[in-house]
Amino acid sequence: MTAAMPKFSDLDALYSNKEAKVATEMYEDPDLFQEEMEKIFKNTWVWVAHESEFPEKGSFKLSNVGLDPVIVVRDRKGVIHCMVNRCRHRAATVCEVKKGKTSSFQCPYHGWGYGLDGSLRALPYPEQYGDDFDKAQHGLLKLRTESYNGMVFATFNENIEPLVDFLGPKVCKYIDLFMKQGGGFPVKVLGEHQFTVPMNWKVQLENTTDAYHFPVVHKSFLQSLDEATEDMFDFLDKGRGWVEDLGNGHSVMMMIPEREDLDAGLDEPIEERFQELAEEIRAEGYSEEQVKKIVKAVGGAGFNLNLFPNVSFSLAFFRVLTPVSVDQTDIRHIAIGMDGGPQAANRMRIRLHEHFQGPMGFGSPDDAEVWERVQRGTRGGGELPILVNRGMVDEEPGDLGPRGHISAETGMRAAYEMWKRMMVGA
Amino acid sequence: MTMVDANVLTDVTGFLWKEADILDRKDYDTWLDLWTEDGLYIMPIGDGEDYADQVNLCYDNAKMRKDRVGRFKAGFSISSAPPARTIRTISRIVIEEMSGDLIKVRAAEHLVEDKFGRQRVWAGDAYYTLKRSGSGFLLQQKIVKLLNSDGMLNSFSYLF
Repeated sequence: MTAAMPKFSDLDALYSNKEAKVATEMYEDPDLFQEEMEKIFKNTWVWVAHESEFPEKGSFKLSNVGLDPVIVVRDRKGVIHCMVNRCRHRAATVCEVKKGKTSSFQCPYHGWGYGLDGSLRALPYPEQYGDDFDKAQHGLLKLRTESYNGMVFATFNENIEPLVDFLGPKVCKYIDLFMKQGGGFPVKVLGEHQFTVPMNWKVQLENTTDAYHFPVVHKSFLQSLDEATEDMFDFLDKGRGWVEDLGNGHSVMMMIPEREDLDAGLDEPIEERFQELAEEIRAEGYSEEQVKKIVKAVGGAGFNLNLFPNVSFSLAFFRVLTPVSVDQTDIRHIAIGMDGGPQAANRMRIRLHEHFQGPMGFGSPDDAEVWERVQRGTRGGGELPILVNRGMVDEEPGDLGPRGHISAETGMRAAYEMWKRMMVGA
Repeated sequence: MTMVDANVLTDVTGFLWKEADILDRKDYDTWLDLWTEDGLYIMPIGDGEDYADQVNLCYDNAKMRKDRVGRFKAGFSISSAPPARTIRTISRIVIEEMSGDLIKVRAAEHLVEDKFGRQRVWAGDAYYTLKRSGSGFLLQQKIVKLLNSDGMLNSFSYLF
């Protein structure tokens, strides 16, 4: 028996583009998980931060690129760097503060000191390494880092296309539309919910482009809303929305088309649920035009923009996944608001965020429950496929990929096709 | 440190234990009645104390408490039908301040949950503002700060 035979040579058996069937091993096999970490997460642009999370020179935050813990930081010139949180001497992490401000990173074990750009600046008693020790070769392991509209991505792949090309013009357009939630101000991170779920990371990847589950899983959330808002979330019955494959595994799920562009329809009367907020903002002296723009922005965008492999711009917040193991995934729901502008508007955004998101939200716990149920369910009937073929019957060609019904699994198919391309190594 | 009347400590302890028992039994309608109308139930994230302007796990006024209980009871929330079972203890009770009809108390809360044959353990500091009402107390404010509130949590199908 030869050991060279790759275990996952038959990728068609794991995901078939034509039939849109996912094999159970996709959620269950620890070796496949390791291969995904190498071939996908070490090979593409992975979201690591929003620029407002480390706004000043010397500000940093800890993040992850797949399984690799990284530090994202601005140096003295404001340039953003991303590097692996591991001393080049004996591997200790050089930072265990989640977010903060510093002038350098020093390893606690033997005192190797690194600059904000990751370069090795100094080490105690260097003479024992000999005269030819080259500090330039012992900086923290750096990743390529690029940003688009405040969203920071990093990659281990030196040869990958520039970020904007990986995203493509249509994704960039939707990012720009999403960021209109600043209501005329820059978008700022206001805080986050974090929870870990015993599920494979792809269960989460699927969910951000799954409108089909909404009225079922989130019935109790819908019941807690006023009538007008409940009606707004009734996007399955109305069926005016769509899901579109945007290429490279990305997709958009347009749930509330009238909220695609928050600058449109500003002459319409302010919704009942925002009247009190509008009054409060008016009292602060904002013009009627600004009041309408801000109030509209507080209601959030009408779509989920799902980027392969780890971030979704989801209605009014960022949803980030971090794979931990084959059956464990960390989730972050990052609340965003306006940097500047009336505090009352951000306060309302925060209350809306808490209402649905996080460990005690009216939505997330039910999501987490069904994700775990998927992972538990795959223990049985291993020969059965997982179906992501919904909506293939009436898909139409879009600009970059198919476009289907709002409840179609078009976005999942887009993600799995990209998954396959990356696992093949093409 | 001021001396606290042993009777006050006994009365407060009795009230906190009664509330803990109500929550473990998930007798939520009774729990709603323990509150003043303008009371706030807050579970913050991290050390910040500007609760109104920061992202919390929950920031519940009377309406949100009522809606939350309604969600738990309606049977449409898969995470709470059935919910995890819980057993909690409240201990290390310290009376921090007494002024007028208000008493500020802090305590340790230790909770074990069980669901899917799996147990999880949570610990937190609970801060209560109690308001004297007749022969007993009402909750004017309750803030529970989980020890790992800014870490990776799991979803909760019950109250702390």
